[in-house]
Amino acid sequence: MIEAKKVSKSFGNNHVLKDVSVTFQKGVNNLIIGQSGSGKTVLMKCLVGLLGIDSGAILYNGRDFSRMTFRQKKTIRQEIGMLFQGGALFDYMTVEENIMFPLIMFGDLTLQKRKDRVNFCLRRVNLENANKLMPSELSGGMIKRVAIARAISLNPSYLFCDEPNSGLDPQTANLIDNLISEITKEFEITTVINTHDMNSVVEIGDNIAFIYKGELWWEGNKHTILKTENKEINEFVFASELTRKLK
Amino acid sequence: MNFFSDLGKYLLLMKEVFTKPDKIRVFFRQIFIEFQNLGIDSLGIVIIISVFVGAVVAIQTAYNIDSPLIPLTMVGFTTRQSIILEFSPTMISLVLAGKVGSRIASEIGTMRVTEQIDALEIMGINPANFLIQPKIFAAVFINPILIIFSMAFALFGGWLACIITGKVTSTDYITGLQGWFDGYTVTYALIKTAVFAFIITSVAGFQGYQTRGGALEVGSASTKAVVHSCILIIIFNLILTQLLLV
Repeated sequence: MIEAKKVSKSFGNNHVLKDVSVTFQKGVNNLIIGQSGSGKTVLMKCLVGLLGIDSGAILYNGRDFSRMTFRQKKTIRQEIGMLFQGGALFDYMTVEENIMFPLIMFGDLTLQKRKDRVNFCLRRVNLENANKLMPSELSGGMIKRVAIARAISLNPSYLFCDEPNSGLDPQTANLIDNLISEITKEFEITTVINTHDMNSVVEIGDNIAFIYKGELWWEGNKHTILKTENKEINEFVFASELTRKLK
Repeated sequence: MNFFSDLGKYLLLMKEVFTKPDKIRVFFRQIFIEFQNLGIDSLGIVIIISVFVGAVVAIQTAYNIDSPLIPLTMVGFTTRQSIILEFSPTMISLVLAGKVGSRIASEIGTMRVTEQIDALEIMGINPANFLIQPKIFAAVFINPILIIFSMAFALFGGWLACIITGKVTSTDYITGLQGWFDGYTVTYALIKTAVFAFIITSVAGFQGYQTRGGALEVGSASTKAVVHSCILIIIFNLILTQLLLV
């Protein structure tokens, strides 16, 4: 479980996050949604420690991550997997080397066991036999799947996904959403997904936090979000002609 | 004010760079990769430039010696001194600042804008240490070797020019090369080269690491890396010459 308690973050006079308190549960898909510029990416960067917070606390199973030194954070970071918007695969490494990298840096497995683990992760994301490909040879969907495989290689307790299906066609986006959801449930991971894709919201949104102008505006799930009377939520959810017609 | 702000950021980055590597085995593997990327890949351009400049220095020296009182062995002697003291360590380091510096800045800058550095940080790896330290160690070790090659090929280029133009005989040139040799000049050149190698890699690493934005900023970081390291090389060339030769 991850808890953000009264988290605030400013850049100069721009108050991006204002006293945001939200809890992300284990084994479910926790979605952070909101318009562009609402502060959801900043919230995620604060959660993983890429940005420091001005006030409040971030707790990983009760451990105060925000007060830790770089060395102390290292222990928790080895329990974190992250899927970046563009995949962030190391472009000078093959797919296999990318997935093996965390295992080399933090594990003491033999080469054969590392290879077995890589193959397991690749099978899990339906990418068998892609071991020797370079990131430049992969499609957008494949890059995301390799990034997921790398993120789960160390058996993480926490998985963060920053706009996992941006730039993908609807079918592949759906596949990535379902893959993340399956992995979350299968390995009992605390997964936090940052998205503004409504399809993801209604498909896998077990627990949804809506951020509006830097504040936690609304919390619910994929069922309640479609029924809420909250004006800002409705403007966000039913922004397109298609969703309005569906409503 | 920008200068002091950048200097502060540079020193803070160096503090992060010079920490114990996360995994020693991986660190040594990275160093060997950088030997290839920064050193062996530069050997071709170093040899070509050295041969031609060595030839030009020999011809110019021969051209300037028109007094019968000055022996032609001075061509070999002057070429050797110019090459060892200044051309090889300084000029080749400036060339390497262009080749290696832009490569490092654009490589690290691209990793920054494509979130690869964030990915390393999330994994609990110190990205500055992981990416920059092996480059600095590799360059400080390999650049002096490149410079020794440069010296040898430049002196060979000078000999070739003398033979082809017929201005100086091979015997005169070689006698000049061997005369009044002080081994300390080579030590001085290698010390300078090691300092310049540190400047090139650390400044380029800093510029790449500070990159924010996209392709335009990566290009800008690459340019800044080359310009700043060239200026620093020229300044440190003067300082080191004063310290080591006077």
